[in-house]
Amino acid sequence: MDKLNETIDRLGGVYLLPVAVAAVCFVLIGAPSSWATLTVAGLAMGMMIFLMASGLSLVFGLMDVLNFGHSAFVSLGAFIAASVLASLGGWLGSPSLMLNIAALVAAFGAAMIFGLIAGWFFETVIIKPVYSDHLRQILITMGALIVVEELILAIWGGTPFSVGRPAFLEGAFVIGDVTIEIYRFFAFMLGLIVYAGLYWVLNRTRLGLLIRAGVENREMVEALGFRIDRLFIGVFMAGSALAALGGAMWAGYETLITPHLGADMMIVVFIVVIIGGLGSVQGTLLGAIMVGLMSNYVGFLAPKLSLASNMLLMMVILLWRPNGLKPAVK
Amino acid sequence: MKNQTSPIVKLAVLAIAAALLFWPFLFQDVRSIQVAARICVFIVLVASYDLLIGYTGIVSFAHTMFFGFGSYGAAIALDRMGAGWTPVLLGGLAGVAVSLVVAVAVGLLSLRVKAIFFAMITLAAASVALVLASQLSGLTGGEDGITYRAPDLFKPATKLLVDEEGKVVRWFGVRLNGKLAAYYFVFVSSLVLFLAMLRLVASPIGTVLKAIRENEARAEAIGYRVVAYRTFVFCIAAVIASLAGTVYAVWLKYTGPETALSFDIMIDILLMVVIGGMGTMWGAVIGATLMVLAQYYLRDLMGSASEALSGLPVLPDILSPDRWLLWLGIVFILLVYFFPKGIAGTLSARGKGA
Repeated sequence: MDKLNETIDRLGGVYLLPVAVAAVCFVLIGAPSSWATLTVAGLAMGMMIFLMASGLSLVFGLMDVLNFGHSAFVSLGAFIAASVLASLGGWLGSPSLMLNIAALVAAFGAAMIFGLIAGWFFETVIIKPVYSDHLRQILITMGALIVVEELILAIWGGTPFSVGRPAFLEGAFVIGDVTIEIYRFFAFMLGLIVYAGLYWVLNRTRLGLLIRAGVENREMVEALGFRIDRLFIGVFMAGSALAALGGAMWAGYETLITPHLGADMMIVVFIVVIIGGLGSVQGTLLGAIMVGLMSNYVGFLAPKLSLASNMLLMMVILLWRPNGLKPAVK
Repeated sequence: MKNQTSPIVKLAVLAIAAALLFWPFLFQDVRSIQVAARICVFIVLVASYDLLIGYTGIVSFAHTMFFGFGSYGAAIALDRMGAGWTPVLLGGLAGVAVSLVVAVAVGLLSLRVKAIFFAMITLAAASVALVLASQLSGLTGGEDGITYRAPDLFKPATKLLVDEEGKVVRWFGVRLNGKLAAYYFVFVSSLVLFLAMLRLVASPIGTVLKAIRENEARAEAIGYRVVAYRTFVFCIAAVIASLAGTVYAVWLKYTGPETALSFDIMIDILLMVVIGGMGTMWGAVIGATLMVLAQYYLRDLMGSASEALSGLPVLPDILSPDRWLLWLGIVFILLVYFFPKGIAGTLSARGKGA
């Protein structure tokens, strides 16, 4: 048994979980082509959820602040990107690849910039007065979420809002008998790039060193003379921008969005953060991929169960590891 | 630290209780009696939530879930077995049983970890319950909910007292019919549940709960098993919420996701607790009363204000009744900032200072 554990640890420990899930489901599903399609869909969904969840996790790890209003950034990002895309409708349909990309960059850029501003506002106006008081933090961020959702409802109306996709991301490509939607592939790649960027910043730069040290022991970093509050605002803003980017991606993925989007995603984001363990980027990625894969596989194998699958996954993992798979916060 | 409740608060609560007791005789239209019944049920619901958030310092977002279990228990039983007291009893008990099982499971699973985990897990559980209720349409009627008949005693046609000619007796101009009986059923059940909670917080257990809220490590060190107490209070709150749900289901004669499980109810409860004041049972009474009154009457006022200002540019939009939740959200944030103790707590603190 010990020998087995050791081998598993050397091969990657808990990181093997998604692989194991994928392998089990390969057997259960039987048809390789549908399995491949589902896996790609799951990975793409996981990456988008990762974008939304990573900021939340880091913010909690660094400052012990849990932002229940985090999903407000997701909905804001989705709606702003959708509006920009709608106003650039001519560019989307045009055959020129450059115009396509320009529209996409404009939409995502607008979403992220707005995320940065909203994040700054949230941090300084709403959360700062209630540091270190969890109860009031939860209540206030919840209230802020309600206000933002109502504002979205007031501005964009309650009817579903349809989102345009640039022409070059429409359609699918076929390898053998496996069809892969281009948008999913794009979402996966973008997520991977962001993850690589985050990994690089956190592990290879001085800034990342400070952030990781702050997660580990905030008082000590402060005692050494670093302004952790400024660092925190930065992380908070970056996290909000990532959430907005995730929302923008999600809007393109769903193609029809409602103001409830944020509230719906919030549950998934929370489950991911709990599964992954608060405060760690790797854990969040792991949790997001698990959730993405599970919901696609279960949705195919047992559609009735798909609603509860994330919940069940969370319960099983919490029973096994009460602090999540890869917690960074002790 | 001794918490003295100010006499003003106590007087206000007594006044509310008296008003609720005589409500059907004071205001006789259908709508206002609806308001009164809602106030009664929500006082119980908010007080039971206050056991968690105010007395023990647990933040749960699953309180509507337990309310919904009770509602749906009664609704399904009344729907399947027809009107009568047995289905109310059976359905209520079934709701309580489900609530207990879920509360124990969630409590044992997550009350030992950080408060924030617990809040997230309850939120997830509540959303799953809501989705299940709207998906399992065979059992719960889906989005449409269930409409059913209440026990015969509560029919508007039922005559409680008849005079010589066989007509319903009137007292002070109020017909003694089934509607009145239904209202007093709600009132008395709520009163009993509320008094039970009042007894609970006055007992030694209540003191232990406050000790856990103030300093968890110390409570543990003195020898109280914090996890056991937390799970216990979570279960009690769940059971009371479930019973309140049953009572409300019997009163409404309709149960659907909107009335029993939706997240809006959770937000209402949170607002009521915060407005009234966390950590005092009296606050729950004040908060629930004010909020329900505001929900029914302030909204109308906003509507007419918006119409009156319809010539002006932005104002009517902002005041439209659809933006109601926006204003509530803002008020909520301001309250948590500036009056974290709520009305009851602030008044009591002022009374002590004088």
